[in-house]
Amino acid sequence: MKPLTSDFRAKAAETMVDEQVLQSLEHVYTGFFKGRLEAAGNTDNWEDLREKGKAIKDHTIAHLDYYLGQLADNVEKNGGSVFFAADAAEARKYVLDLAHARDIKTVIKSKSMVSEEMALAQALIDEGIEAVETDLGEYIIQLSGETPYHLIAPAVHKSRKEVAELLDDSYVDGNPVPDATELTMMAREKLRSVFERADMSVTGVNFAVAESGSIALVTNEGNGRMSTTVPRVHVAVMGMEKIVPSIQDLSTMLRILIRSATGQRISSYVTLVNGARKSDEEEGPEEFHLVILDNGRQKLLADEQMRESLNCIRCGACLNACPVYRKVGGHAYGWVYPGPIGAIVTPVLTGLKDASNLPAASSLCGACHDACPVKINIPRMLLELRYRTAEGKTDKQERTSSMRERTVWKAWRIGMMGRKRFDVGSRLSRLFLRPLAENGWLKKAPPPISGWTSTRDFPLISSSSLRSRLNKRSKKTKS
Amino acid sequence: MPENTANSSRPERVTLFASCMVDQLAPTVGESTVDVLEHLGITVDFLDDQTCCGQPAFNSGFRSESLPVATRFIELFEQVTGPIVVPSGSCAAMVRNFYADLFRGDEKMTIRARRLGERLYELSEFITRFFGTDAIKGTLADTATYHKCCHLLREIGVDEEPMKILSNVEGLQMTPLERADVCCGFGGAFSVKMPDISSAILDEKLDNIETNGSNMVIAADIGCVYQMQGGLRRRGSAVQVVHIAEVLAQSIRNSSVLGKS
Repeated sequence: MKPLTSDFRAKAAETMVDEQVLQSLEHVYTGFFKGRLEAAGNTDNWEDLREKGKAIKDHTIAHLDYYLGQLADNVEKNGGSVFFAADAAEARKYVLDLAHARDIKTVIKSKSMVSEEMALAQALIDEGIEAVETDLGEYIIQLSGETPYHLIAPAVHKSRKEVAELLDDSYVDGNPVPDATELTMMAREKLRSVFERADMSVTGVNFAVAESGSIALVTNEGNGRMSTTVPRVHVAVMGMEKIVPSIQDLSTMLRILIRSATGQRISSYVTLVNGARKSDEEEGPEEFHLVILDNGRQKLLADEQMRESLNCIRCGACLNACPVYRKVGGHAYGWVYPGPIGAIVTPVLTGLKDASNLPAASSLCGACHDACPVKINIPRMLLELRYRTAEGKTDKQERTSSMRERTVWKAWRIGMMGRKRFDVGSRLSRLFLRPLAENGWLKKAPPPISGWTSTRDFPLISSSSLRSRLNKRSKKTKS
Repeated sequence: MPENTANSSRPERVTLFASCMVDQLAPTVGESTVDVLEHLGITVDFLDDQTCCGQPAFNSGFRSESLPVATRFIELFEQVTGPIVVPSGSCAAMVRNFYADLFRGDEKMTIRARRLGERLYELSEFITRFFGTDAIKGTLADTATYHKCCHLLREIGVDEEPMKILSNVEGLQMTPLERADVCCGFGGAFSVKMPDISSAILDEKLDNIETNGSNMVIAADIGCVYQMQGGLRRRGSAVQVVHIAEVLAQSIRNSSVLGKS
């Protein structure tokens, strides 16, 4: 998928005036955010589980080459094929070549963010192969020609009416809007025949288990299990970080993933796939392929300051907690991963220069860090990326700060390096701003404060500093 | 965090770090902080040379501009021993948590920053830790709600304590704020650099404040106070946003006038 990260501000501005989308984004908070809090509250050892999850991920990422090797060996032992793809294009080519070689007519897809990186569905369609998303949310946005809005709820921004227009051929404006169950039944009916004729499936991977060579899928709609059992060829695509050492680790990760994602104790389906049908088995696909994608992840791995972002298990909890995401929406982030996690991985994976607004668009409130089941310190990494764009110390090419910004901060530093300057600077600013003030507040101020006064009154600098007041006060007590 | 510790460990002398914003924009908050601490029997020292901890530039990514200011801060406050009290969770977070990143690679400064951070407290944290949440019994007849400033809540870990402190103010009727722990949208330079997003977040906060119906919003960080007050003024609302130090100082003054203290 081609990154459009440089459009962040414009896309964000569009969402902030879209009442319907903002209303939909409320559900992210009232539903998912509160659901997670409740699930965590009902889990006795929740904080221990988070610590354990973090330890598992830290360990796995630190020994990623070992576990990837073990995973590949075990998938092959189970009769599957493994392909390591350096980038999205390589991964795409592997799947397309396979589809052609097996004379595939119809591909069903279950939800996978990595397949979004590959823009796989569209690539298959362009080759004349029918490719249909089977996750309800993904299906809706495939019909509307959009990209996912949220990691686990791709169509969360769509109103029921919009969904009806996409799913119900007989729906015309003014008709009563079908309820969620009716809409789901419509999708089910449309998708059933596709499931029946599909000869290949592409699924994601929530976790790959190195010691057994299995992949785990977490779904609520049953489409994942249909995808892993019905078609004759099953291709699973995963980012190279989505790995756990053992089945026992998997159980820990599933517990924190599902609670953090939807607030459920367990999802309707947890599917474990150990490769294709064995000779003594009657059902299941004839072939199993695992595509493991790098696509920039080694850059994250090599980057000591950003490596922790590979601990992400894509639960979406940081999006639900983020006050910025809930106002600017998922599409503003301009690539596959929205929200706080997107704001730290997208710049590294697609280029910081174009994506510099992503880490800048944060109040650093820390709600993401608080919500993350594996305690990824997202604010720390946002600050790291701001440092890179401000000063370009790591890579000169990454510097996006303007001359004016650099001058402002230089002047700030000079002003803060001595008390006299600090006082004089403040007094001068007051003199300059006072004519614009009314009862101690400014309705309009020159740059750089003009950004503030576009929507809020700004307080006038005080007539005397605390230092001078305290000095007067101590003189009074002494006399 | 323990709510009460033995009286013997109660500090008798502290140094005030005002923070640059309180010093120049809201000196009454600084004076109120002194009043509150003095009410607790503490002698408050003020280092005349203080300016800023370096957070504004650090948060904007300009670490090489922040570094000398932070170094200056450490050198200055190393001149005094004993606790340092700051009426800001955000500045406390900078020193205690973010200096580690700012001084990354400089082992000596990292250690010095950590040592300084170990004796630097945010005001309500300090009161709770050494005097208990019931140490101040003032009087203030008004209605209020409390907003949980992000850095105080998530970086310092002070959550319900300020509300417990305020619950001892006689006559102050507190109504819990809906989504009190959701950001007000301030975020320092973010509020100026991306005013549209900052204000969209603020609007949700202000809606909740107006629905709450209290006369006053109490918060513990002056940046958030001005963000919310500036927004409320623009809306034409009469709700006042007040720093917790000012509320406590006023309640103490009221009590002493009433002869209760």
